[in-house]
Amino acid sequence: MIHQAVRSDEGIGEGFLEELLSHPEGHDILACMQCGTCSGSCPLGLAMEYPPRRMILQARRRDMAPVLSSPSVWMCVGCYTCTLRCPREIDLTDTLWPAVRDRALQEGLQPPAELQTALQNLYMYGNVLGKSPRKRLEWARGLDVPLTDLSKERAAVEVLWLVGCYPSYYPRNQVVSREFARMMTCLGISWGVLGVKEKSLGDCDRLFGEEGLFETLVETNKELFERQKFKTIVLLDPHSYRALEVFYPRYDAGFPAQHYTMFLADRLEQLRPLLTRPVPCRVTYHDNCCVGRRCGSYEPPRALLEAIPGVEVVEMERNRENALCCGGGGGGMWLDGHITEHGGKRLSDERIREAAATGADVLAVSCPYELSRFEDSAKVAGLEDRIVVRDIIELLAESMGLGERR
Amino acid sequence: MKIAVVLRQVPDPIEPLELMPDEKALDYGEAGFLVNESDEHALEQALLLAEDGTAEVTVLAFDFGDVETTLFSAAAKGVDRILTIPWEEPFPPGTDVATALFADAIRSVRPDCILIGCQAHDELEGAFGPRLAVELELPYLGVVRGVRQTAKEMVLEAHKEYPGAAKARMSVQLPAVLGILAADQPPRYVPVSRIREAMKSAEFEELELESVPPSVAVSVARLSFPLRGDGARMLEGNEREVAEQIAEILVEKGVLT
Amino acid sequence: MSEQDVLVVADLEGDSISNGTLELIGAAGQWTETHGGQVLAALLSTDGASQAMRLAAADRILAVDNPVLAHYCPGPFLDALSEIVRREAPRLVLFASSTVGLDLAPGLAAVLKTPCLGNCRAFDAEGDAVMATCSYCSGKLVAELQAKGRPVVLTLLPGAFHPATRIGKGELEPVAMELAEGAIRFEEMILADQSDVDITQQDVLVSVGRGIQQEDNMELAQELAEALGGELAASRPIVDQGWLAATRQVGKSGMIVKPRLYLALGVSGAPEHVEGMSGSELTIAVNTDPEAPIFEIADYGVEMDMLDLMPELTEVLKRKRAVSYER
Repeated sequence: MIHQAVRSDEGIGEGFLEELLSHPEGHDILACMQCGTCSGSCPLGLAMEYPPRRMILQARRRDMAPVLSSPSVWMCVGCYTCTLRCPREIDLTDTLWPAVRDRALQEGLQPPAELQTALQNLYMYGNVLGKSPRKRLEWARGLDVPLTDLSKERAAVEVLWLVGCYPSYYPRNQVVSREFARMMTCLGISWGVLGVKEKSLGDCDRLFGEEGLFETLVETNKELFERQKFKTIVLLDPHSYRALEVFYPRYDAGFPAQHYTMFLADRLEQLRPLLTRPVPCRVTYHDNCCVGRRCGSYEPPRALLEAIPGVEVVEMERNRENALCCGGGGGGMWLDGHITEHGGKRLSDERIREAAATGADVLAVSCPYELSRFEDSAKVAGLEDRIVVRDIIELLAESMGLGERR
Repeated sequence: MKIAVVLRQVPDPIEPLELMPDEKALDYGEAGFLVNESDEHALEQALLLAEDGTAEVTVLAFDFGDVETTLFSAAAKGVDRILTIPWEEPFPPGTDVATALFADAIRSVRPDCILIGCQAHDELEGAFGPRLAVELELPYLGVVRGVRQTAKEMVLEAHKEYPGAAKARMSVQLPAVLGILAADQPPRYVPVSRIREAMKSAEFEELELESVPPSVAVSVARLSFPLRGDGARMLEGNEREVAEQIAEILVEKGVLT
Repeated sequence: MSEQDVLVVADLEGDSISNGTLELIGAAGQWTETHGGQVLAALLSTDGASQAMRLAAADRILAVDNPVLAHYCPGPFLDALSEIVRREAPRLVLFASSTVGLDLAPGLAAVLKTPCLGNCRAFDAEGDAVMATCSYCSGKLVAELQAKGRPVVLTLLPGAFHPATRIGKGELEPVAMELAEGAIRFEEMILADQSDVDITQQDVLVSVGRGIQQEDNMELAQELAEALGGELAASRPIVDQGWLAATRQVGKSGMIVKPRLYLALGVSGAPEHVEGMSGSELTIAVNTDPEAPIFEIADYGVEMDMLDLMPELTEVLKRKRAVSYER
């Protein structure tokens, strides 16, 4: 439900085009040839009143009012399919959508309630879940390898590991966090975490259109990271990785960073001898949108899976740059209700069926949101006895004898 | 119409509550703070009443807890004035002190309508609103969900909630104090960029008020955590195991045949 | 008139005396038994005599009949009570935690310039002071308070005291009083939409609180309710959002329910909510916060995310039902 500001449509969206054009990335919007590839590629395009093509049309007509108050504004899940396929290479996902959403918020148009809560939590507590910042290290309770808490001690480490919100607080993800901690220790890597000082990187809220919130988080994080001594930042969350790679440099806050799949793949030769136990199963890998389409990294996760003895990797029909998004990005985790209310669907429901159709017993993922999304969808589709969802870390850990019983 | 809104800071329930060693007070140094939820609803209600442009909204708050976040957010939402009451102590003002100082502050505004949340979870002496109203010599109506303007100037319509989802439509001849349970719509979202703008431009007016000695009529003898001995029997296991246990219990108790 | 008289303010629900009032009389009786004095009941209405029977456990029923008291409005009610207190000089004044009591108790105390204590679950004298044990911070803490003054005004937690079993003198005393209409007036009572399900009549309620997080997840709760053969209910924040109708709200200002099974999912158990469901036969609570007050009153508890548990539970229940049908 969107609560409309009590004001007439006049004046809403005025000057939007000019504002967009004033940004270097926004200028490309003039190159649009209205081919419709974006709308045709969008997994939710059919449900949108204003898919990207029409949005650009309205912007150029200087008639943004109907767009801003349309439910379409809150239906993008940040999958980058339109951006990747646009023949004019317009930065749709990262520039057009946030600009539209930011404008909607500025005009007082209320985002869907669940999204509001997520944003408010992010602002107040530095995590989208609304959990106490003091409990951010709870995932490490009883951890059987030494943990360097860089918020409490000064140390130079090879890896500054930004654990992330879901991996810190959400029980299903905490297992993965612990296994990754053990894995890095096993590989002899010196690593540290920011403990209770760690905050979200603000990845998703930039796509939500909350530029102000994103800037606040960039400032805080820049200060935090500058005080640390490390070689590289490693992240479990692809959205956070993308934020650090693509957006933080724009604020003069660039740091060397890798998503964990890239980090581990780089060390495959040290990892391989440790993968001693066979994990006999047929695995299909779901490419997440940020590491995949946005950053073009498709092979490292596969290299990791193929290194596990006993694993047989099969591909879904739509893989790599054609992978179907799970629907969790761009705020999607909090927009399922809104999306289904307006004629869309939960993309993870469709994707899990595609995964099961390959005959795989395991759907491998490398994004914290995907664990719960796909497990939910598996239940909804009645497939939970046919296919289980595992993070790549869990499969590696099992092969290394570092896994936890679920 | 001039509307005054009272905004109070309360301990944030997501942080674990800690007690001082003498067990007579909360350890406020350890607590997180946020604006009292029903006060936030009161602010939303005030903004809704002011939407037609005929009313001015002033918010008042003690300079305590995370009040800056609250006040910058209020500024971003578009209030007209922000008044702060200086407060140096590491603990929030007691009821009598808060009553006297808020009343003084409100008198300086001369509002027609005062909105305040009808409850706060750190109230020990009953709701604060009625007390404030008596101090101001104004009538009070609480547990209000929804306030509207009427055709008559200075007369508002308020819905007081009753059990069974019933409500009483009341007419309120201003000036009066209304204790808000919930506004006509949930508190609005304001983008952080607006809050950041407000941080640069918003002005708080710090009031100079005569200090008030704390009262001795009600004192805390002891605070403690409730004994958990007789609480629920906790079920353990993963989701499937717990679900099975629950089903067993339901069969045993005859709820599920 | 004695120094230890306790004045109870009768709470009317529609035209009848509420059960909460009987608890007040029970509490008052405990005091007078120990300390002497009588139990007085203030009955503000248009025809006190018709209700007096219900207050028979009190010793003196002070009935103020006046047309302006037909429905609660603050001015005349506060005036009437202040006048009664001035005349009778009771030691204590007891209010129920009702929508009216919450407005009147602190107001009366402020007018009288005496202390008011809220959310009391126990109280007694200690020297010349009154000691009360009260619920604090939405039930997460217990506060033992001391109040000096006369009378001390207390608002009692519902269900914390037994309804009166004493035999009072039950003397009805009409009290004449001139009362002016105040600035806040009653216009009409708007009743709930009767077309929705009446949750007070359900055997099984699946009640959702903030833990449901998104409106989208209500579907899961609905499935679970169906699998249990029950209905959905909710705490106030869910109704505030508009995710369920107000007729589904359980709590002080919603419905009071007494089902055979109350499944509290993601409900913290704040006193206002507990008030509405503490009479349930079997309460099972699910919450991620092990300190949530709901675990104190529930029979069984699970420290878990309700969103993880719901689908599992629905499935297990469906299987069990399928099995039983086969029999």
